[in-house]
Amino acid sequence: MLSRTAGTLYWIGRYMERAEFTTRLIEATIRLDSLSGRAETDQAWRSALRVVGAGSLDGGVENVGAFTARRYLAMSEENPSSVRSCLASARDNARAARNVLTREVWEAINRAWLTLKGRSSPGGVQATLNLVEDLKAETRGFEGALARMLRNEAYWFLRLGSMIERGDNTARLIDVKYYLLLPAGEPIGGTLDRDQWTTILQVVSGQTAYRTIYKQALQPWLVADLLIFRPELPRSLAAAAAETVSLLASVADRTGRQGEADRLSRRRLGGLQGANVETMMQRGLHESLQRFIADNDALDRAIADQFQFG
Amino acid sequence: MAPPFDELWGTSTGREARLGFEALNAWLAETPAGELERRQQAAEAAFRSLGITFAVYGEQEAAERIIPFDIIPRVLSAREWRNLSAGLEQRVRAINAFIDDVYGARRILSDGVVPAEIVLANAQFCIPASGAKPPHGVYAHICGIDLVRTGPDEFYVLEDNCRTPSGVSYMLENREAMLRLCPELFDIFAVRPVDYYPELLRDTLNSVAPPTAREPRCVLLTPGHYNSAFYEHSFLASQMGIELVEGRDLHVDDDLVWMRTIEGRVQVDVIYRRIDDAFLDPLVFHPDSMLGVPGLMAAYLAGNVTLVNAPGTGIADDKAIYSYMPDIVRYYTGEEPKLHNVETWRCREPEALRYTLERLPELVVKLVDGSGGYGMLVGPTASKAEIEAFRAALIAEPHRYIAQPTLALSTVPTIVEKGIAPRHVDFRPFVLSGADSVEIVPGGLTRVALREGSLVVNSSQGGGTKDSFVLADDSLLRTQSQSQSQSGSGSQSQSQSQGGA
Repeated sequence: MLSRTAGTLYWIGRYMERAEFTTRLIEATIRLDSLSGRAETDQAWRSALRVVGAGSLDGGVENVGAFTARRYLAMSEENPSSVRSCLASARDNARAARNVLTREVWEAINRAWLTLKGRSSPGGVQATLNLVEDLKAETRGFEGALARMLRNEAYWFLRLGSMIERGDNTARLIDVKYYLLLPAGEPIGGTLDRDQWTTILQVVSGQTAYRTIYKQALQPWLVADLLIFRPELPRSLAAAAAETVSLLASVADRTGRQGEADRLSRRRLGGLQGANVETMMQRGLHESLQRFIADNDALDRAIADQFQFG
Repeated sequence: MAPPFDELWGTSTGREARLGFEALNAWLAETPAGELERRQQAAEAAFRSLGITFAVYGEQEAAERIIPFDIIPRVLSAREWRNLSAGLEQRVRAINAFIDDVYGARRILSDGVVPAEIVLANAQFCIPASGAKPPHGVYAHICGIDLVRTGPDEFYVLEDNCRTPSGVSYMLENREAMLRLCPELFDIFAVRPVDYYPELLRDTLNSVAPPTAREPRCVLLTPGHYNSAFYEHSFLASQMGIELVEGRDLHVDDDLVWMRTIEGRVQVDVIYRRIDDAFLDPLVFHPDSMLGVPGLMAAYLAGNVTLVNAPGTGIADDKAIYSYMPDIVRYYTGEEPKLHNVETWRCREPEALRYTLERLPELVVKLVDGSGGYGMLVGPTASKAEIEAFRAALIAEPHRYIAQPTLALSTVPTIVEKGIAPRHVDFRPFVLSGADSVEIVPGGLTRVALREGSLVVNSSQGGGTKDSFVLADDSLLRTQSQSQSQSGSGSQSQSQSQGGA
């Protein structure tokens, strides 16, 4: 496969994953917002903006209201990570790699893009929720189309992009909420925190997973354990790290070459497998997550170098 | 002026079918208008979701349009196709011999058949391509010959497209749409399939690889996904299972061409290039072109890579050369041309210029180096001001123009706002020349001018497309038209598989 094509596919994977993550973040924040008192409403949205960075937001995150935040996350053309920008970038890349995509995959991306094309505002809360439902259906369609692809380089690079993006997104999500997950001694409890945890789980579609695995009420360290260490949860850091290793191994099998990316990805997985939530919290959750995000960036660069995305 | 010949209704005023085409007319009459419209919309929706779009130059980058598709097919009989394809093959063989000659011995120039200055001083004459010896002497591997029709047996070549003709993806996608939306038509007619075109193209590419390449690696070189024909590039590459490359994916090292892959560099033997000569190699042509590959021409001249089509083929489809095509065919094949040219006045000749200036409102005047329907005057529909502008341009630079009569192009019934009405069409079959043979898939791209009375079928100027049925045999036509002679009795279709559906 052409190096450029591999790079294009990788970025389709990243953009589609980011679009879905941001969509879920909007949905979960609307829920949190509706459960909170008026004073906390804007707080919920500011927290969501911190998860995605929001570097291009006029006037910074501090003074933003709910509507501006929704629009920025869903629609803003200035925000390169808005759902609209992600879908436009994914589609642009998909057009360039059209010849190696199945019709289904192309149509799924194109349809998702058409959902937002020509809209400039997410509308009110109810309209935004409807839009979120449509977008979730489209991104599910994309994942379904991926599942039916041949397992070859095209599939591996698409998934590889998704996994790198997913690791980054989940780590940021936990990091922004990490103060909720600090060990006992901190003032935790009360309704607001429960809602916040639920919000986190909802973004990674992990509410049911939590109940299935732990069979007890929400506990902050267990939420952290689920999102970081549990390989059963597809959006956990451990699951993303494990799939990254196996995708790179599949590519290496085909090309007969290994490199820095393979090495880094295995080291990262090994690190997660040799740790647990208690030790990580003792060392400092925030620092650990920041290190994970930095490692993930390094792995992203190593992949681009190794396959000469150019 | 008499109404133009309609390919379904002939010249009848009551929309009665020509002999043999009653079944199509009956289908049109029986299918409710709403149903036709529904199917047409379904086809266009499918094209949009597949992204079969093109960009119109001069509009915003984001302007992606689909070419309007009309579901009423255009039907060619087996006999008509036999005649056409024999003429196409003859013409394309002559075109390749001509190109080989003008970049080599130049016999046709020394014999005075074509004036030397028309070739050698032509902007399309590619000096850096001189002396190249492409495998099997094939230069124009893919030609899209534009044909027009004015009567039952009157077909004319309007243009020989020998550079990078486009449109074949519409031939294929239109057929897919017809099979899905109008399956009953394939019960009525035994339509010859076209879907093997990508295989045939791939065989053609493989057959012209440099002799040193044992397992030829072919690629399709595109200017990139902002090009108006990118969908087609991508479609053909995926149908052939070859890589779709851009210039930046390739590099030349020691006169060999390599592409950058995730497994390291891989040598390339055949490049089906869909970028113009001028952008192929910045070392030889436009130095600031980012689309091509530095050193590509050197690799080509060294015989290490085959370029499809070869650089310099534009000399054969130049509008100034066009008028000499009948002589060119006679010169190289020793036969009379089976396909006719449209009568053409070369304005570089004083007498032709005088004739043209006297009759501007009746004629079509074309820039010899224009394409896409730009730089063209259609006298009968032009305003006074347009005519005067062309008159001035003609007097200033007569050598840049040719003139032709305004042909009464044939029409085919087409769905328009007010029901079904005849609209003018042309036809572009695709001719593949490989190492051993010339092959033509039975079909082509039918373009239709959707505006009433318009003769301009280009998609950039509001044209649409139709599927083009070539019938496997004419027995159906004969049983329904006893009056027809028995001359077509040898019409069993040859080697290709029969039955469309």
